[in-house]
Amino acid sequence: MFKPSWDLERNQLVERHTLTVLVDNEPGVLARVVGLFSARGFNIDSLTVSETEHDRHRSRITIVTVATPKVLLQIKLQLERLVPVHRVHDLTAEGKALERELALVKVAGKGENRVETLRLAEAFRANVVDASIDSFVFEITGRPNKVEQFISLMQPLGLVEVVRTGLTAISRGKEGM
Amino acid sequence: MAQQMTGAEMVIQALVDQDVEHIFGYPGGAVLPIYDAIFQQDKVEHILVRHEQGATHMAEGYARSTGKCGVVLVTSGPGATNAVTGLADALLDSIPMVCITGQVPTPLIGSDAFQECDTVGITRNCTKHNYLVKSVEDLPRVLHEAFYVATSGRPGPVVIDIPKDVQFALGSYAKPNNGSHPTYKPQTEGDLEAIKMAVDLMLKAEKPILYTGGGVINSGPEASVELREIAELTGFPVTSTLMGLGAFPASSDQWLGMLGMHGTYEANMAMHDCDLMICVGARFDDRITGRIDGFSPNSKKIHIDIDPSSINKNIAVDLPIVGDCGFVLEEMVRIWRSRTNQPRTEALSGWWKQIGEWRDVKSLQYAKSEKVIKPQYAIERLYELTKERDVYITTEVGQHQMWAAQHFHFNEPNRWMTSGGLGTMGYGLPAAVGVQAAHRDALVIDIAGEASVQMTMQEMSTAVQYGLPIKVFILNNERMGMVRQWQELLHGGRYSSSYSESLPDFVKMAEAFGAHGIRCEDPAELDDKILEMINSDKPVLFDCCVTKDENCLPMIPSGKAHHEMILPDTADIGNIIDEKGKVLV
Repeated sequence: MFKPSWDLERNQLVERHTLTVLVDNEPGVLARVVGLFSARGFNIDSLTVSETEHDRHRSRITIVTVATPKVLLQIKLQLERLVPVHRVHDLTAEGKALERELALVKVAGKGENRVETLRLAEAFRANVVDASIDSFVFEITGRPNKVEQFISLMQPLGLVEVVRTGLTAISRGKEGM
Repeated sequence: MAQQMTGAEMVIQALVDQDVEHIFGYPGGAVLPIYDAIFQQDKVEHILVRHEQGATHMAEGYARSTGKCGVVLVTSGPGATNAVTGLADALLDSIPMVCITGQVPTPLIGSDAFQECDTVGITRNCTKHNYLVKSVEDLPRVLHEAFYVATSGRPGPVVIDIPKDVQFALGSYAKPNNGSHPTYKPQTEGDLEAIKMAVDLMLKAEKPILYTGGGVINSGPEASVELREIAELTGFPVTSTLMGLGAFPASSDQWLGMLGMHGTYEANMAMHDCDLMICVGARFDDRITGRIDGFSPNSKKIHIDIDPSSINKNIAVDLPIVGDCGFVLEEMVRIWRSRTNQPRTEALSGWWKQIGEWRDVKSLQYAKSEKVIKPQYAIERLYELTKERDVYITTEVGQHQMWAAQHFHFNEPNRWMTSGGLGTMGYGLPAAVGVQAAHRDALVIDIAGEASVQMTMQEMSTAVQYGLPIKVFILNNERMGMVRQWQELLHGGRYSSSYSESLPDFVKMAEAFGAHGIRCEDPAELDDKILEMINSDKPVLFDCCVTKDENCLPMIPSGKAHHEMILPDTADIGNIIDEKGKVLV
């Protein structure tokens, strides 16, 4: 007591946090969450969403945000104010969570480049999911920095385009949300 | 057994089951089935407005003066968009409201149909929650849930968008359940340990202050009783935000007046110098805090609020208590009693002496005049001549609103209706209609400015139609007074568009509406004319011609802290606000 959890006017450093939000999968719920972030000037680095419990119509939304501790607390409390939101957990604050992202990476090329592409893909455990005479599509899964690194290595070898799912995360251990 | 009925009939049945007696609305193509259902019953009285914004402010006035939920019924498209200002207003001031909007039939949604708009999209960020009901099976649940969400926890507006085909469809109606929700669970009971800690701090404080807000009023009349009790037990001074006026009686010796930008010197200085601040149902709004890094630098702060997100949002507090003010205050009284039965008169005597010195500054004084009516004088006289009556006050937004807050005094909750958070000009006249609809025999006065009142003037016609004798007391200075004041303070006296030209003749306007018009230009005639207004059984437009360029003081200039107030005798006010303050609002 008597020690505020943060100190208002001091320059707080921003931190990157992963939040997981359990919501009722009803129409407009994603717009509510996203609208809250834009209306209050919060930042979204990455967002993934999908229904996870079909029988109960519940979805999990994973949001990566960058904010000061004060704003992170506000984000959590404001999210909890939304009527269809069950719970919000700050996975980063609660301990090391498992974080994964999937990317599909299209690379075109011939000759030595093509061989090098395959070698690197193997090293990164990226799977070939489509191939033609002069192109590959790789599927890579991992932490965002691994995906990032793979993409940057593909750049000089004929990178055509990339799609990424954004980050999804779950806590370690036996406890669920 | 569940009753079979149409969606439109369900709407009416749900209103009846939710004890709604009055609704404010305007018909249109997409709500015709509901209007047909209204026509065939006599349990719910519909009040036809002249513009949907008027309906929302009437519902707000109704809700604030009764503690019940205000209900609005409007059509799709422009009906819904016109209601948006009132929804945003109710959200910022935490007013319980259910707004039912018609929508084009479900097969036409998304086709840019006539009078179609994305109502739930548009109102998502200006409601506590909203619903688009696509199936009549969902309608009874949604109707009841909307009332529960609007009125529980921190109250707010809820929109129910009902497509026309759903209004026609047959379905089975269910009565409301006991009021619970799978995900929405407001925390009303404050943590007992935290309340005990709060009492410990209060027992030790030497320079305490109770800073109360609209939450005390929203909590219900019991919370005001508990607030008076804790103030009496402790002997602490009490101040309040604009929204909280009336929860604590202005007639009490412990009352310091309103705090904040146009609050009294004693209230703001006490906030600045206190060693313990007990914030009850207020949210450290920027009108209250002034410059944040200069806000009450040496105090421990206790914050009681039903909304966890209000805590630590603007100001870091030492002891948060999430819960309903009424509950927490009741526990606080009980625990205080178990610790002591003595007010700490001696320990607080130095503090009260200091407060006495601040009071002696007389920050609300103004230069009197026998030639022209001073706006402050007009409010003082209005108060003196109505204080023995059953009076409710609404206001518009601007200088007159602040003068009303300063010079009209409230001793009971739910008597003061004003747009605090959103600052909606045009709020007061329709709000007065809503108050009068709930309290037919009371004296309901809208203290107005000539600029604000023109924004919703058409609702005079509603007042006349329903025999609601509201009194609109216009402080007419032919200026948007607060804009003019800020231009004097911040923009070198360049009065860009802040004067009212081509003003209507309000007396003739009153007559045109079938109301009663009064004009007063002479302070000597003011009392008689106010009495004429009070004694009229018609709605009245009172054109009170006041000093044109009066400033509303005292004032915490933007970018300054509580102890840096401009007082009525401060010189050279055009040079006080610095560059940093200029960008603030």
